Amino acid sequence: METYILLGFVLILSIYLGLELIAKVPSTLHTPLMSGANAISGIALVGALILSRDSDLQNTIAFFAVTFASINVFGGYLVTNRMLKMFKKK
Amino acid sequence: MTFLSETEITAIQNIIYIFSSILFITGIKMLGKEDTAVKGNFFSALAMFIAVSITFIDVVNPIILLSGIALGAVVGSLIALKVKMTSIPEMVALFNGFGGLATFLIAWSEFDSNPITFSVTAGNLFQHALVMTTLYIGGVTFTGSLVAYAKLSEKIKIAKTSIITKIFTTIFYISLPFLLYSTFVTPFAVPSFGFFTVLLVLTLLGGIGFVLPIGGGDMPVVISLLNSFSGIAAAFAGLLLSNNVLIVAGSLVGASGLILTVIMAKAMNRSISNILFVGYASSSASSSSSEEQGEVSPISVADAYLILESASSVLIIPGYGMAVAQAQHVVRELGELLEDNGTEVKYGIHPVAGRMPGHMNVLLAEANVPYDVLAEPDDVNPTMDAVDVAVVIGANDVVNPSATEEPGSPIYGMPIIEVHNAKTVFVLKRSMSSGFAGVQNPLFFKQNTRMLFGDAKESIGGLVSEFKD
Repeated sequence: METYILLGFVLILSIYLGLELIAKVPSTLHTPLMSGANAISGIALVGALILSRDSDLQNTIAFFAVTFASINVFGGYLVTNRMLKMFKKK
Repeated sequence: MTFLSETEITAIQNIIYIFSSILFITGIKMLGKEDTAVKGNFFSALAMFIAVSITFIDVVNPIILLSGIALGAVVGSLIALKVKMTSIPEMVALFNGFGGLATFLIAWSEFDSNPITFSVTAGNLFQHALVMTTLYIGGVTFTGSLVAYAKLSEKIKIAKTSIITKIFTTIFYISLPFLLYSTFVTPFAVPSFGFFTVLLVLTLLGGIGFVLPIGGGDMPVVISLLNSFSGIAAAFAGLLLSNNVLIVAGSLVGASGLILTVIMAKAMNRSISNILFVGYASSSASSSSSEEQGEVSPISVADAYLILESASSVLIIPGYGMAVAQAQHVVRELGELLEDNGTEVKYGIHPVAGRMPGHMNVLLAEANVPYDVLAEPDDVNPTMDAVDVAVVIGANDVVNPSATEEPGSPIYGMPIIEVHNAKTVFVLKRSMSSGFAGVQNPLFFKQNTRMLFGDAKESIGGLVSEFKD
């Protein structure tokens, strides 16, 4: 239980940090920020990699979790990059 | 890595995770500023690469997982590089759904390795609750995003009142108490039926019911919210797996999604729960009596050209109609011709114009409009009476003056771009139908308004060729 409390501490601080960091984002960047944040949520890939795989079901689940998280990661970062490259100053 | 013990490897991984978390934080901070955004995205990708690589060093049987990553990389990259820039909203929704699916599967697998035991301790209970919550948020994000994808790409069109919507919405409302039951009751009274299978199904169907009734104009809010969900689900999965980098990265996404959701809701002057669970349909019925009627004054392309030619400042207000007509390139061309003619050209961008946060900005960027001529409502409203011509392209609710003038209107109080204060307003529109909110727009009947009916791309194209002659 102590581990959960410590980890919960990390969770709360990170959310607070996130709210502070992004509070004033210019509307030009709303879409790239969303798409870039979306790519970051592909961090679930790390979670998918450390799943235990003791049964056939777990093996299958892990494979699909890794695959879909990877689509999220690669697709997300590439699309964000493509989008940001279009934004030009005069 | 046989020379290191398992605990040593874990320690090294955790140290690297801290480094990766710092990079994620720096990355998302830089992503919020125009000059550093590209670098910020790169930093966050680097952080991801580092976190995944260091996790990989003690993975058992890595071949199958590596092939999963390879497959995901190929599919993801293909989609990202092939997709048209105009389809960005649905692509973001789709990727978001896949992230949600991954956390859904993580929770499922965790349930499979720790099924309910009769030794009920605080730690066990908390873990059980985490599995259920992560599974639910991840699953709703997955199917909800798929529905958002289908709606945005116009693959499905189901009315809010149709029976299918009602069935799925009901399932969504059933799934919530069932989640509570699964979380809090099942550890104490282990049910005789496979409650977990029921929860899996209800979650996935409930996600459909969550998004299905929400209309197109409210999509910016839904997309940001689903974005936030996928981050929160990842952070919860991090708690479940005791993994710090998952918690930090997931929380950042959750926070950024939440901020965008709030910005979008504020831009509509509505509460988030009103957008999600009520919608405009029920609130607009009362206002039909106050509908303003009158004569609209149409204008021809040739006359519009004459007025534009002599204007010294022009404000262009794009809306979803510009996206539908794919008119952004001709709009940019018109803007350039006006500037060559000595006219000052600006673009007034409302935060909720379009179908996702910043939709108009992306479209105009795609058409090579520099971002420093794009202005927010607060920047253009104070100087509106100095604008000679405001050109409204396929926008409706975001320029509806009843938001400021008519206290009974459903959209009263919504911050708008006050084009009715400009000297002349051109409204480019296909027909006289009302906007997404279903509210009649008195702007069309104002004395300084001229309606330019027809397809936006053709009308603007006509103006461009007039300028070129």
